[in-house]
Amino acid sequence: MINFWKMVFLMKIGVIAIQGAVSEHVDALRRALEKRGIDAEVVEIKHKGIVPKCSGIVIPGGESTTLCRLLAREGIAEEIKEAAAKGVPTLGTCAGLIVLAKEGDQQVEKTGQELLGIMDTRVNRNAFGRQRDSFEAKLEVAIFDSPFTGVFIRAPGIVSCGPGVKVLSRLGDMIIAAEQGNVLALAFHPELTDDLRIHQYFLDKILNC
Amino acid sequence: MDFEKLRHGTELIKRGFARMQKGGVIMDVTTPEQARIAEEAGAVAVMALQAVPADIRKEGGVARMADPEIVQQIIDTVTIPVMAKARIGHFVEAEILEALGVDMVDESEVLTPADPFYHIDKTQFTVPFVCGARNLGEALRRINEGAAMIRTKGEAGTGDVSQAVKHMKQIQGEIRALAGKTKEELIMVARDIEAPIELVVETSKMQRLPVVNFAAGGVATPADAALMMRLGADGVFVGSGIFKAENPEKMAKAIVEAVNNYDNPAKLAEISKGVGAGMKGICADMIPVEEALQERGW
Repeated sequence: MINFWKMVFLMKIGVIAIQGAVSEHVDALRRALEKRGIDAEVVEIKHKGIVPKCSGIVIPGGESTTLCRLLAREGIAEEIKEAAAKGVPTLGTCAGLIVLAKEGDQQVEKTGQELLGIMDTRVNRNAFGRQRDSFEAKLEVAIFDSPFTGVFIRAPGIVSCGPGVKVLSRLGDMIIAAEQGNVLALAFHPELTDDLRIHQYFLDKILNC
Repeated sequence: MDFEKLRHGTELIKRGFARMQKGGVIMDVTTPEQARIAEEAGAVAVMALQAVPADIRKEGGVARMADPEIVQQIIDTVTIPVMAKARIGHFVEAEILEALGVDMVDESEVLTPADPFYHIDKTQFTVPFVCGARNLGEALRRINEGAAMIRTKGEAGTGDVSQAVKHMKQIQGEIRALAGKTKEELIMVARDIEAPIELVVETSKMQRLPVVNFAAGGVATPADAALMMRLGADGVFVGSGIFKAENPEKMAKAIVEAVNNYDNPAKLAEISKGVGAGMKGICADMIPVEEALQERGW
């Protein structure tokens, strides 16, 4: 059921625009909205004060070390935590999956990155190696009935998670897609492909909330 | 899961890596300590090299790939991606860097070219490449050879941003001029600028380069970095500008923040306060053509 008030007041979906694949997520969200025939505004978030106005938040891929530092420096980190605590749907891809996690591996600790601790997950920063090991693969994702092309770039993985986390996909012994309530984390980059199913799934979360 | 089915080094993976660097600052470093400072400041990647361009310019001689020992130490020190420079056409240096685990190779005019006619066939590598360009033809030739990222050449090691500005405006002006042209007119442009017609058509349609385009060559202050972002750069490389500055830590952090706040003059003013003197530099116009690094590459 689509919330009537959201249709009256133009809904905002925010993409954290500190660094990384920002325009790709903005484009994918706009296309997903268009396909559903929904009028909503997709905004880029570089500074404090915008997150609380958003009905959904995307943390895109980029360099997690850089993202974590600047999210804290700009004061956005706290805002995302508060929004997620209120149940605002949040999508994190690649670096975003790391940022959302509760615990990191040695690599994460080495740089003193401040993780947001929104998901009850423990992550491995470069679970799939360096750039030469980066890959594309057809994935089975629990929420879809046909394979999804996963683009993995120096990708992280979820090593373990708490009971509240639902595993959506695995690759080898790594969890590469998971959700916890309204929070969705992916180790790969749906925004680099033309497949809009992830963004539509996320949009449904926003509309149903 | 069948790990045999994983596809490595595809165009999507290579260009995708470059896209993850967008909005970021990539810093030249020559030691693991400098790499740590860069990471701490918020760099998205570091570029490992033997000497920063300003020193290469001063010392003269043949400039080659960095010592693999140092590159390895830098890789082991930081969690962010490590890039390194190979000489133009020196595919073996590039292979060595790939074998070390470098995340992106810069086939760079800052080093002494190893081949007077040809660039590296970058399609043969799993690791992505970045290459310098001064104009659209050069950029599209490099992309045709497999470059996953373009950067302006600017004039490295000068601390003078004017050449980076010139190259960025040149490329963007040429792209704007493609708009509205017919197929036959685009074919004529492709002949004129010595670039493949398919890439000229793609660029005309997208109204931007088909890969990420960074600014490089002479960026020395937070204001310089913000200027390049305002001109449409996807991100910024800073070479000598950081570790030739009076206070590298402050300069590095300020340049990262300037790139994130490039469209906010009040914030840029705050960021630029008290960062100490920028590198001394040399006016790019004072450099004789035969000593200009940007003339290298074909």
